[in-house]
Amino acid sequence: MIESVLEARELEVTFRGRGNRSARAVDGVDLRLGRGEIVALVGESGCGKTTLSRTLLGLEKPSGGEVLVSGRPLEYSPSALKKHRRSAQLVLQDPTGALNPRRSVYEAVAEGLRVHKFDGDERAAVADALARAGLRPPERFFLRYPHELSGGQRQRVVIAGALVLQPQVIIADEPVSSLDASVRGEILALLLALRESLGLSLLVVTHDLGVAWNIADRIAVMYLGRIVEQGPAEEVLSAPKHPYTRALLSVVPEIDHVEPIILTGEPPDPTAIPPGCRFHPRCPALRDGEAAAVAADCRGRALPVLSGSGEHEAACWLAGSPSAR
Amino acid sequence: MATLELEDVSVTYRSTEGDVPAVRGVSLSVDAGRSLGLAGESGSGKTTVTSTVLRLLPKSASVTGRVLLDGEDVLTMKWGRLRAVRWASASVVFQGAMHAMNPVQRVGHQIAEPIRLHERSVSESTARARVGDLLEQVGLPSRVAQSYPHQLSGGQKQRVMIAMALACGPHLIVADEPTTALDVMVQQQVLDVLTERVRDLGLAMVFISHDLSVLASTCDDLAVMYAGQVVEQGPSNQVFDDAHHPYSHALGGAYPRIGDRRFRYAPSGLPGDPPFPGEAPSGCAFHPRCPEARDVCATTEVELRPSGDRRWSSCLFAPEVDA
Repeated sequence: MIESVLEARELEVTFRGRGNRSARAVDGVDLRLGRGEIVALVGESGCGKTTLSRTLLGLEKPSGGEVLVSGRPLEYSPSALKKHRRSAQLVLQDPTGALNPRRSVYEAVAEGLRVHKFDGDERAAVADALARAGLRPPERFFLRYPHELSGGQRQRVVIAGALVLQPQVIIADEPVSSLDASVRGEILALLLALRESLGLSLLVVTHDLGVAWNIADRIAVMYLGRIVEQGPAEEVLSAPKHPYTRALLSVVPEIDHVEPIILTGEPPDPTAIPPGCRFHPRCPALRDGEAAAVAADCRGRALPVLSGSGEHEAACWLAGSPSAR
Repeated sequence: MATLELEDVSVTYRSTEGDVPAVRGVSLSVDAGRSLGLAGESGSGKTTVTSTVLRLLPKSASVTGRVLLDGEDVLTMKWGRLRAVRWASASVVFQGAMHAMNPVQRVGHQIAEPIRLHERSVSESTARARVGDLLEQVGLPSRVAQSYPHQLSGGQKQRVMIAMALACGPHLIVADEPTTALDVMVQQQVLDVLTERVRDLGLAMVFISHDLSVLASTCDDLAVMYAGQVVEQGPSNQVFDDAHHPYSHALGGAYPRIGDRRFRYAPSGLPGDPPFPGEAPSGCAFHPRCPEARDVCATTEVELRPSGDRRWSSCLFAPEVDA
């Protein structure tokens, strides 16, 4: 198995709500990101994928389980966190919102260096990061402001800001969903190239399965705080085991389409996680009787947490959950 | 008669730095019960084109050509007539429109607003009944009328916006990136609602998106815009699967077909950036980014011409047919 650079082990993150309601945004997740690996974390809004990635960055403290950095538990002292946040960088969805409109490209990229009291040649480091992000020649971009750049160039500046600290891991939250179609491929190609040249590990958080098919080695599908299916990208997307993954795949817009499986029922609510399989109230397999033989389990028997071993596995009684065998 | 017909429409924005031609000679038409997808990148002019339909452009824009809505030229309408036509003949669902809802008014009140303004004789109870009916048409329970916007999810809000657009029984709906901010599952639900309404009510729809795959699965016909011009037009599935213009081809390839190994570790994009409006290159505006450009592309003016049965392309190397 590839050496792990960032790992969640039995991770739980709970937010206190009003009254006695608490939201279990991340509810038992094992996930590992190997060196030089690209993992896509896929799921709908509200499934906990952003909370999970924030916790991996040390921005949220888990209420249970732990985050492992290169095999060692992440400590939450200010100095340890600062070190961790240098080696694990976040790239956000909307580059326009992520950049200060009154700061030049140079200042935007140099900010991280200043925060971390970089004592080398700042100018050279900024130029190097911009060039790696595909803004060449970098000096031409130093004094530009965000409004003078196209959407794709802005996202490259954000990526350069992450690269300048020479991180081991980049967590990219919907890195292309606000970009134009023609730019999207360019940014994805850049992420692949960075893995190639720098050996970076990437966790790409997205609701777009096309992104996963384009660049990911592995996929983890998240539903209501749990990983419900994970494995090599090709296996998960060509032969999905979990009815939720199948439904997600069926609504990818394409011509000659399979009949879309539209999920009905209440949108998932992390303050009221259903018993048994958490997907059962919306599960098309259960509704159509396909899962009749295991229906009692679906409704009442909790599923174990997926091991995150890297093999293709699904948390579904119908698909034959690991411990059910 | 087409529900909407644009004839040689051009839009120029006047700015302190000179005139900026945002749309250059666009002709389009949409019949009742049909949907037209308008594709293109940011700045390609797709929103500007459709804003001419209800004259929603700022004063700095000058529009030439003809915009015929049910045969009547919108550009020459008197103000009072234009007010009557907005909502009642044609309505718009804007990108991110859900953020434009009034946070302190109940959803039902907001849907009823155009009804009250356009049909002053409608009683409060009739308006309320119609709101309930409209909500059900977009797949929401009528009790949603009692909710405030913050109580709804993004997809629900976007459906409320569609209900609002349908409130006065328009013949034409313009949907400007109505699903861009939504999740795939919710996107599919919203797309289904829109296409069902178009089919069941016999509406004409113009659907704007930069995502060719969404347009191809939703619309009958497609028009692809680049730098203010339509560069290709034709039936959606044909344009998507067998583009007659290298730009449409690149847009179509930007979204991978899942399961097709050619797309694994091979995201395809288009190098370079679209030109700023007003700085369109000579000849074919796309030639600096075109993977198949030849010398003549930089020097020859191009225009849309037939390239097949019900198909048009402005590429010099598109298939030739006798018009």
